[in-house]
Amino acid sequence: MATENDRATGAAPAQWTRREFVGSALSVGGLVIAMNLPLPARAATRSGRAPAQLNAWLRIAPDDTITILVDRSEMGQGVYTALPTLIAEELEIELDRVAIVAAPVGDAYFNAANVGQVTGTSNSVQDAWVKLRTAGAQARTMLVAAAAARWGVAPSECRARHGVITNAAGDRLTYGAVAADAARQPVPARVALKPASRFELIGRGLPRTDTPAKVDGSAQFGIDVRLPGMLYGAFAQSPVLGGWPDSVDSAAAEKMPGVRLVLALDSGVLVVADHFWQALAARRALRVRWNPGPNATLDDAAIRESLRRTEAGDPGLVARADGDAETALKRAARTHSAIYEVPLLAHATMEPMNCTADVHADGCDLYVGTQVQQLSQAAAAVAAGVPPDRVRVHTTYLGGGFGRRLDVDFIPAAVAGSHALGRPVKVIWTREDDMTHDTYRPPALERISAGFDAAGKVDSFKLHIVSPLITARMFPPVTGVDPEVVEAAVNCAYGIPNFLVTYTRQEIGIDVGYMRSVSHAANCFVIESFVDELAALAGKDPYDLRMELLATKPRHRRVLETAARLAGWGKPAPGRHLGLALMEGYATRIAQVAEISVDGGAPRVHRIVCAVDCGQMVNPRIVESQIESGIVFGLTEALWGEITIANGVVQQTNFDGYRVLRANQMPQIVVELLPSDEPPGGIGEVAVPLVAPAVCNAWFAATGERVRSLPLVSGRAPGAAAVKRGSGNSDRGSTPRTTASGT
Amino acid sequence: MFEIQVNGRPMRVEAAPDTPLLWVLRDHLGLTGTKYGCGRALCGACTVHLDGAAVRSCVLPIADVGRRAVTTIEGLAPDRSDPVQRAWIELDVPQCGYCQSGQIMAAAALLRSHPAPTDADIDAAMSGNLCRCGTYGRIRHAVHRAAALARAER
Repeated sequence: MATENDRATGAAPAQWTRREFVGSALSVGGLVIAMNLPLPARAATRSGRAPAQLNAWLRIAPDDTITILVDRSEMGQGVYTALPTLIAEELEIELDRVAIVAAPVGDAYFNAANVGQVTGTSNSVQDAWVKLRTAGAQARTMLVAAAAARWGVAPSECRARHGVITNAAGDRLTYGAVAADAARQPVPARVALKPASRFELIGRGLPRTDTPAKVDGSAQFGIDVRLPGMLYGAFAQSPVLGGWPDSVDSAAAEKMPGVRLVLALDSGVLVVADHFWQALAARRALRVRWNPGPNATLDDAAIRESLRRTEAGDPGLVARADGDAETALKRAARTHSAIYEVPLLAHATMEPMNCTADVHADGCDLYVGTQVQQLSQAAAAVAAGVPPDRVRVHTTYLGGGFGRRLDVDFIPAAVAGSHALGRPVKVIWTREDDMTHDTYRPPALERISAGFDAAGKVDSFKLHIVSPLITARMFPPVTGVDPEVVEAAVNCAYGIPNFLVTYTRQEIGIDVGYMRSVSHAANCFVIESFVDELAALAGKDPYDLRMELLATKPRHRRVLETAARLAGWGKPAPGRHLGLALMEGYATRIAQVAEISVDGGAPRVHRIVCAVDCGQMVNPRIVESQIESGIVFGLTEALWGEITIANGVVQQTNFDGYRVLRANQMPQIVVELLPSDEPPGGIGEVAVPLVAPAVCNAWFAATGERVRSLPLVSGRAPGAAAVKRGSGNSDRGSTPRTTASGT
Repeated sequence: MFEIQVNGRPMRVEAAPDTPLLWVLRDHLGLTGTKYGCGRALCGACTVHLDGAAVRSCVLPIADVGRRAVTTIEGLAPDRSDPVQRAWIELDVPQCGYCQSGQIMAAAALLRSHPAPTDADIDAAMSGNLCRCGTYGRIRHAVHRAAALARAER
């Protein structure tokens, strides 16, 4: 496999050879897996002649229609722009001349770091950085070779620019004219990749390819799929999480207008009708006796108590051990310890879960906004009773992913309904279905301790994380400590000689899932709040203490210094208070400063300044928008984010109970992207985790109250109608929730 | 049977009287640009114009539409030429894009009543439209930009 070292020499090895493209096997991460190339384009081109497939990501038709297949799901993070930019850069073609389509399921589309065709972990660009530039360079080389052969000249005498190959004699052939020949050329063993100094598209901030379709209503999300003869399904699920239908009386529902099918499944009851509103009405007429299962008495107090008990009773598996933290803590001149907690959260994508399935004699066509094409294929195959290779997955735009669409629980009912009826069925979850049957961001309880030596330096640090283990459900088996639960802790950059991170798994009886920034959110909140506590104890400025602990980390120091400078650290305006946070995650370094005031006893966030070093950027405009996005997402979590459970039932059902940031609560956001020659880091999730600690640290600066349990503000959201002009983002009438659980 | 005016054309719809306009547009008429987000007028994804004013189509029964002109994102302007759409493209506002039809319709209605909106006007008009991707800052800039583009046309 190519590495970043190859970039330094300006040459990439042949990652994808001709034999691998069309042959039978390809080695990825040590596994030999069968190739499953997409079928030649079924859609006819303007000329009516089939396009040539130059590699897994590129088709060129005789009429010069150039199509790039993107193997990551577009959920707002910009992959339909960034990944084609990488190919286009080396292909020597303008991005706006390229058509973008979603790739099917295929082994060529494996994301090695995610062990599958998975869009997640903010690593789409990292995965594609060498791979897709290489693919573009190989295709260009093959096109040039085909043209050279036609002219009877050496390829070195030809040049490819703007979709046209020329030679010294002034001859000219378009890519489309030689694409079919090029597809029969050998894939070059080695191609030279452009050095960064010659990039023409990368780094420029090109317009997003998906914007036009997203301003005129034509972008197709999963919920928008329409097929001939399609019916609509509503799916009833147990109010108690984990419950199932014991019996169903569907007599009344079946008599409702438009109803075609009532189907009891293991996980719920599906109602299919001619129109969705009819399906919803009929669902209300169902008489279902639900077996609540094991969660009939589950509530937040029980969840908290189980985490607390486990924290106290188990030392945990070691995830990181520098020096000897236990001994150092015992010998410390001074120690400090505290317990922090974070709650369950809902993903609350704007597009609720949905899936359209068309089961027919040849298999199943699945139309779905998913982050996991192969898992979707597998789930549909089981539900349809066909082999996976008979399921074609058509990935639509995702109306938000945030990790929710890494799960496939919304797929089987649509497939079962289509299978039963022999017609396409679209199942839509209502907002209430979506919010009360999420795979929630798990709660966590963490004990954090530190010791100062006689000179007043922090010389020991210990973090014990207790939470459910998402990966055990999603991708078993897990051996050792799953990296997904100790993020931002195992790689914490602070130079403390005795550093211990441990993890204990404690399940809570309900399904939990990956959510944007996963465990970074909890662990960064805990660590960055606690570092502030240590600064206060030591009588140091929180900025100075961090800089002291980052003596050997220039990239971290640079983002921290930049954010602090831009925010006016140390000299807040009258009535304003500042809080800092720093993190390394997704190979990106990032720092934030929150500026708040106290308004009616609640925080009002005025500004968040963020400095980011994410290495080289394919598209700085998209990077900036993703940082803004993460900050807004993180601010919702910090201020209000909380799912609560009573008797096994989720108490928040819609955006009135589950409050998310609105336009009039938006702080000013200042993003500074630092230039870098380093390899690209991730940007989709990295800004989320810092908001809570930055805001809570500012709250401490303002009030002296330490927030050790999120969200900062408790209380129910007012309805949209209650939003008043200029009301800021404080939740008037609710009380800030602070704890004094430190010991 | 209901007859409603959608994007300048009369449409006949066979639907129960309590069917929200949202589902009539999406399921009966195939105008899927208008989105379902909450079903309770809490998120604004379903925003359309009724005689030029922004309304939440998810809580408007088809029986109550009457003869008023319904405009959806598909009928806002040909070729994305509305100043709001042009500003949205210029500033690359959308991320996932799901809420943007509603955002654009809310912004277009605002500019009709407030051709030069202040930030406070924008907050007042747009705070019923949720965006989980957090595009609010760009939306605010784009509304000001759209106002400028519209003024330049006059």
